[in-house]
Amino acid sequence: MSAGSASERRRHPGLNLHESDAHPSDGEVVFGFWVFMMIDAVLFALLFAVYASLGANTAGGPGPHEVFELRPAAMETLLLLLSSFTFGIASLAMKYQRGMALLQGMLALTLLLGLGFLGLEVHDFVGMADKGALPQVSAFLSAFYALVPTHFLHVSLGCVWIVVMMVQLRMSGLDRITRTRLLRLGLFWHFLDIVWVMIFSFVFLRGLL
Amino acid sequence: MGGDGGFRRELRDYVVGLVLALGLSGAAFALVAWDPWAARTMLGVVAALAVLQLVAHFRCFLHIDLKQSHRDDLQLILFTAVIIGLMVAGSLWIILNQNQRMM
Repeated sequence: MSAGSASERRRHPGLNLHESDAHPSDGEVVFGFWVFMMIDAVLFALLFAVYASLGANTAGGPGPHEVFELRPAAMETLLLLLSSFTFGIASLAMKYQRGMALLQGMLALTLLLGLGFLGLEVHDFVGMADKGALPQVSAFLSAFYALVPTHFLHVSLGCVWIVVMMVQLRMSGLDRITRTRLLRLGLFWHFLDIVWVMIFSFVFLRGLL
Repeated sequence: MGGDGGFRRELRDYVVGLVLALGLSGAAFALVAWDPWAARTMLGVVAALAVLQLVAHFRCFLHIDLKQSHRDDLQLILFTAVIIGLMVAGSLWIILNQNQRMM
């Protein structure tokens, strides 16, 4: 790299492929993931807006009082909040090098809690379908099935990501790449928790008022 | 950097976050189950609890605070909040208005 020419060291925006670009710093990588998460937040916000504006139109089909139940939603919330906590411990085990066993164990526990959440949600969806609450019945249900399963898909992908990270940790240990990947997975997981807080508050609890 | 003390201090952050999150969502669920007030008041309380929990999650789990080193993240979040506010409020305004006209 020729010293002195500032344009040579230019870092994005714009085309500047040099070896300096090949290794973005950890901070840049994590900040980039923050940008992605905020875009995801906009997606969810718009699905919430659609739900809020269409939620009253049940078109003669079942309404929120018939299809929502408080107890399963509370159980799902408990599982997801606990999984955020266990992932936090996993992050700390990584940061303070408390051994691979604690890290892998906490990741496995997070995965189990996440899978439990997904199982409960599937049970909910099946129960709703049994009551005739399908997406095509009304605008309320279309908006519901656009919003909540999108979160469901995110959590499913998060679970896949946890499995991938557990395998990668086993194969290559804690190097710089797996560390920043775990950091990003942590951001993703905690972010999904926040989205769920909004869902249970403004979909389930509001529907049951 | 980062001995036993650091681990304990950060662990305490997560424990505080978990207690806050469980307390706030537990309160919201309990209120709805108990149903002491009119629906409009309840909606306000549930929304307030949700916002408090949002802040608690950002603070304790995502470690966003007002320190200089986190300013970029904070500004990104605040900018996104503005965008979300504009888009959600605008969408609701237009769609609800259209809905009313069609009734």
